[in-house]
Amino acid sequence: MQSDKRPLSPHLQVYKPQLTSMLSILHRLTGVALAAGTLLLVWWLVAAAAGPEAFGTVQAFVGSWLGRLLLLGWTFALLYHLCNGVRHLVWDVGWGFELTQVYASGWIVVGASVGLTILVWILGYAARGGGI
Amino acid sequence: MTLKTPLARARGLGSAKTGAEHWWAERWTALALVPLVIWFVISVIAHMGDDYSAAVAWIGSPVTAVLLVLLIAAVFHHGQLGLQVVAEDYVHDERWKLAVIFAVKGGAIMLSVAAILAVLRIALGGPA
Repeated sequence: MQSDKRPLSPHLQVYKPQLTSMLSILHRLTGVALAAGTLLLVWWLVAAAAGPEAFGTVQAFVGSWLGRLLLLGWTFALLYHLCNGVRHLVWDVGWGFELTQVYASGWIVVGASVGLTILVWILGYAARGGGI
Repeated sequence: MTLKTPLARARGLGSAKTGAEHWWAERWTALALVPLVIWFVISVIAHMGDDYSAAVAWIGSPVTAVLLVLLIAAVFHHGQLGLQVVAEDYVHDERWKLAVIFAVKGGAIMLSVAAILAVLRIALGGPA
């Protein structure tokens, strides 16, 4: 038997979708999305160091509908990955492994990340002084 | 051809000593990022309406510059560790896997150096 042809973990398609596995996959997806999002962070900082014109280009992009859509996605990705990351850290010290606790913490993470995303955007628009 | 299982062959050879380093680094960078990300999100909201000079003054202020450099270092270290695991899980061709991991680590180094240099340039003298 050729060892390199064996099925390798993780082979996700054999499992029934559940909250636990969906949140686990979402943790990875948001992590990869945030890695891509670092490009905006770097662009923003390098532009700020380069001068007002370059900075204005970044501000214009962030203010465009595509920029806002990406920023909304990244806000959720960041807050979800943060909340679920804390859930992982709590598991790492050995707490919350009972099935009921795993589901409870999962729903808390869903609620917290969605709620915080909405809160951050409301505060963000308020801080801009009500302008769009 | 040996009928021993891989476990039986490995037994008694001792541990590789460094196997847990990757796991630990992922954890301590995560722990550092919890307060840093909360600070960053709140700060960005507070500076939403800033024009160029206000934004640069904020980035270049001592506390902000230090925290931004720490944030950048932790984000890119954490991010490349995570992307490495993703590549190890899903890229099954050994050569491609190595290429992707090298690209991830090289990219993380270049982007983090660029971002840190930008913060330092603003903090230590400002743009020309």
